[in-house]
Amino acid sequence: MKKLLIGAIAGSTLLSPIAAMAQTEVQFWHAFTGRLGELVAAQVEEFNASQSDYVVVQSHKGNYSETLNAGIAAFRAQEQPHILMVFEVGTATMMAAEGAVRPVYEVMGESGATFDPDAYIGAVKGYYTSTDGDMLSLPFNSSTPVLWVNRNAFEAAGVDPDMDLSTWENVGAALDALKAGGEDCPLVTAWQSWIHLENFSAYHDVPFASKDNGFSGLDTELMLNGPAQIAHLTAMQEWAQDGKFIYTGRRNEGGANFRAGECALFTESSAGYAGISSEAEFDFDVRPLPYWKAVADEPQNTIIGGASLWVMAGHDAEEYKGAGEFLSFLSSSDVQASWHQNTGYLPITAEAGEATKAAGFYEANPGTDIAVMQMTANEPTANSKGLRLGSFDQIRGIIDEELEAIWSGDKSPQEAMDSAKERGDALLRRFEQANG
Amino acid sequence: MEKRVTFRGWLLPILLIAPQVIISAVFFFYPAGQAIWQSLFIPDPFGLSSQFVGFGNFEFLLSDKFYRKSFLTTAIFSILVTLCSMIPALFLAVIADRLIKGSGVYRTMLIWPYAVAPAVAGVLWLFMFNTRVGVVSWYLGQLGYDWNHVLNGGEAMGLVVVASAWGRISYNFLFFFAALQSVPRSVIEAAAIDGAHFWRRFFGIVLPLITPTAFFLLVVNVVYAFFETFGVIHTITAGGPQQSTTILVYKVFSDGFVGQDLGSSSAQSVILLVVVGLLTVIQFKYVEKRVHY
Repeated sequence: MKKLLIGAIAGSTLLSPIAAMAQTEVQFWHAFTGRLGELVAAQVEEFNASQSDYVVVQSHKGNYSETLNAGIAAFRAQEQPHILMVFEVGTATMMAAEGAVRPVYEVMGESGATFDPDAYIGAVKGYYTSTDGDMLSLPFNSSTPVLWVNRNAFEAAGVDPDMDLSTWENVGAALDALKAGGEDCPLVTAWQSWIHLENFSAYHDVPFASKDNGFSGLDTELMLNGPAQIAHLTAMQEWAQDGKFIYTGRRNEGGANFRAGECALFTESSAGYAGISSEAEFDFDVRPLPYWKAVADEPQNTIIGGASLWVMAGHDAEEYKGAGEFLSFLSSSDVQASWHQNTGYLPITAEAGEATKAAGFYEANPGTDIAVMQMTANEPTANSKGLRLGSFDQIRGIIDEELEAIWSGDKSPQEAMDSAKERGDALLRRFEQANG
Repeated sequence: MEKRVTFRGWLLPILLIAPQVIISAVFFFYPAGQAIWQSLFIPDPFGLSSQFVGFGNFEFLLSDKFYRKSFLTTAIFSILVTLCSMIPALFLAVIADRLIKGSGVYRTMLIWPYAVAPAVAGVLWLFMFNTRVGVVSWYLGQLGYDWNHVLNGGEAMGLVVVASAWGRISYNFLFFFAALQSVPRSVIEAAAIDGAHFWRRFFGIVLPLITPTAFFLLVVNVVYAFFETFGVIHTITAGGPQQSTTILVYKVFSDGFVGQDLGSSSAQSVILLVVVGLLTVIQFKYVEKRVHY
């Protein structure tokens, strides 16, 4: 037994240096489990099989926040991966850490891999692009909020499911009719701050924060207490008080109710498609996110949520070449098209969208193209390019608290948003101080 | 008449206490020192740069009204958790102590919840009280009570207290039960012969005799409520609604690991260190005087 063990050790030490010499290892840390985790693993396997110079090693490091923390802790211990997945609200943190990351455009340019910055969809890459137009991280999974409709619930309440729900004015009328028709749960939402404030502001082309939503400076202040946002929240508060909008929690708790057929309308990410299409035992529609006709004549574009891939500093040139190759592989049209079709996430290149359309996917799965159209309808403005705010994970927590105070009737929308601004600004000033 | 054992020379005693001293130094003093040092800086998350701000972090914290409120929240939470876990445990222990048949089964059943990890306990309670699919909240709804701990701070506090205290009852039960078993039968019998009824005997004799255990549990439970209930709060309320269940330790976590504000987080640990130190002094100085060994 002992001899066998020694033999095995000797054998492995003999063999391993040869393997390491042949292939350069690239570490990739991500936050996906379940079906998404399997899809990521499949992408990595495909890349590894497609060439023999590099080996990408993927590992799951917990949820979004945990993955970011793992990356930060690893950097402090000089054990950082080459590629780290960071959710969109961590973007400002990563951008401010200039010595810790390497911009993607630079890495991909140096690696010699194919890289055309113009191939990426503007509204998607805009979130991760510097004010000079350089792409700092590679958008990986991006989605945008849409309106989900339970057609059966509409019919049960005697409301025409084909009615126009493109404006909040019309949705308000639908909610009245649904409630009158005996519906207990006319409207639920997921990710309230992301949908009803961040996207709301971009969609109506009003600022969420000063300095172009934080894109052009760390000395940004929240502007979420403007008249447009307050008008929306006032309507939502009334709906909440009348039992037309049911609050279920800060994340996507409402999804369980909607998928079970208990609710008529649901504002949720387009990436909810996989779950809803597999679980819902009712006819559902995907509609564009509604807008207020009274605030804007035409909706601007919505912004994304999700994560991007950051390349971390402190590795060898050869390893960066491998990272660049891998990122280039991920951006390729085939990989993107299948990712988009499997997950409901947006394609990051226009070409992948075209390929999906050509394959007849949108016709077979109606509604899956709504998100793409909603994102790409207009050229993004300074208000609809995205958000770049430090400590944003915590600021979202503050916004959630204040929104809860609105739904419960403890505060008026104006009071709550003024307070959110004051508390959020204090965190922005600290972030500015730490990273200035 | 104390018996004293003295060592000849210094080497052996130093060698004997060395492991404890080294462990304390490495795992307690060094991190505590680091926290104190870091609380004077505002570093960036990646440790690339940091600026000295003196007591700036403390100033920032104490001017935050939510942080000041967190002290009150912590006090209410720990008092409730301690009471809710000790009183039922004592009651159950007294009842179990009187059992003649089947006390083994009864005891085992009561100890079970202790094996459930706080985060898991949190999820269990969350499922029962979930505002849309929870069993208990559904029954409450049938009774005409609209349970919504997602928006109602009082209900949220109640839920995290119950979920934190629940598993703890087992632990306290175990200690109380052991303490009750060690109360001499002869004393109780003598009181019974004198005509003292059960509760009179309990408050007059049994309770004073088990005060050392009760005091120990008080200290341990307060420490538990301060530091180990994190998992329950994280899973059930994440500190909400409107920070009504954000206790000091939870805020250290959310500022440090969600907000990546290590300066503020360190300053909070230092404040916590002082608070717990004071609390321990108070407990040993005032409460212990009433303990009979």
